[in-house]
Amino acid sequence: MIWAAILLGSLGCYALKLSGYLVPTGLLERPLVRAIAGLLPIALLSSLVVVQTAAASTALVVDARLAGLGAAIVALLLRAPFLLVVVVAAVAAAAVRALGWSP
Amino acid sequence: MTDPAQDQPVEGALSPSRVRAIRANALGIGLATGAYGISFGAIAVASGMTAWQAQALSLGMFTGASQFALVGVLGAGGGAVAAVITAWLLGARNGLYGLHMAPLLRPRSWRRVLAAQWTIDESTGMGMAHQDTPAGGRLAFWATGAAVYVLWNLGTLLGAVGASALDDPARFGLDAAIPAGFLALLWPRLKDRTAWLVAAGAAVVALALTPLTRPGIPVLASAVVAVAAGMLMTRRHR
Repeated sequence: MIWAAILLGSLGCYALKLSGYLVPTGLLERPLVRAIAGLLPIALLSSLVVVQTAAASTALVVDARLAGLGAAIVALLLRAPFLLVVVVAAVAAAAVRALGWSP
Repeated sequence: MTDPAQDQPVEGALSPSRVRAIRANALGIGLATGAYGISFGAIAVASGMTAWQAQALSLGMFTGASQFALVGVLGAGGGAVAAVITAWLLGARNGLYGLHMAPLLRPRSWRRVLAAQWTIDESTGMGMAHQDTPAGGRLAFWATGAAVYVLWNLGTLLGAVGASALDDPARFGLDAAIPAGFLALLWPRLKDRTAWLVAAGAAVVALALTPLTRPGIPVLASAVVAVAAGMLMTRRHR
């Protein structure tokens, strides 16, 4: 199942990349298509942030991941590079768990 | 970095200094991307993938946000269908990048196959930044694409193999690294009020739907916010 998702996901993403080189320019240059394509990553990344922080299957929970996200926000405000942001979040969550403050 | 436009204001061959500057810049971007390839590899394994599967994604899908999304949705129990569609939606912007790069690169045959695979945020950004001379834009695109492809995959390998050596990734907070990764990808896109409103609206939709639907659906449904905002924007500008 995971391999099928990897294969289908990769093929689709490649087809999307290739479409820019093959599809007549008029279709992709319509303002509506441009606006939606620009906003889609913002909407999806934002919902991925909150779901991956607060969802445990279909329940909303507050756990160590929230502390990790808070630490990530501080790191981003201090202009930390990507890897550091991720590491800071992991360390903060691990610390909160090690202290027994959160599952 | 010096302003490349000053070196080479007209058509023709690039000055050696400009070539060096573009190559150095491309390598710098590749190294930064490689560093977050490490986090991708580690997160993919922590979410339940094998190192092979993480590597296959970096080689085949090669677009960071889509890869993180596929891994994140699968790991959260969202199912393969929702994971694949979320990855596609996040990859849609690369089609527009190709549209911008096509007249600059005019790639044929195998070069077109490769140009498409390497059409991502970083290579397109560099290509556009240097397209005041077509040769500069082409070099910037190809050098950045190559550097990022190689180093992103090396980083993935390091991270995946490293995380495979850990027995319990949650103990090291790797589950918290996933939303932090998404946030770091989102952060530079929050440039104006529209972006903030779309991000907030999508977050509300996803949170509201989480208790009501199966995992994976809330993220997909939040795409509606982008579609609605896009329609409102284009109507206002007409």
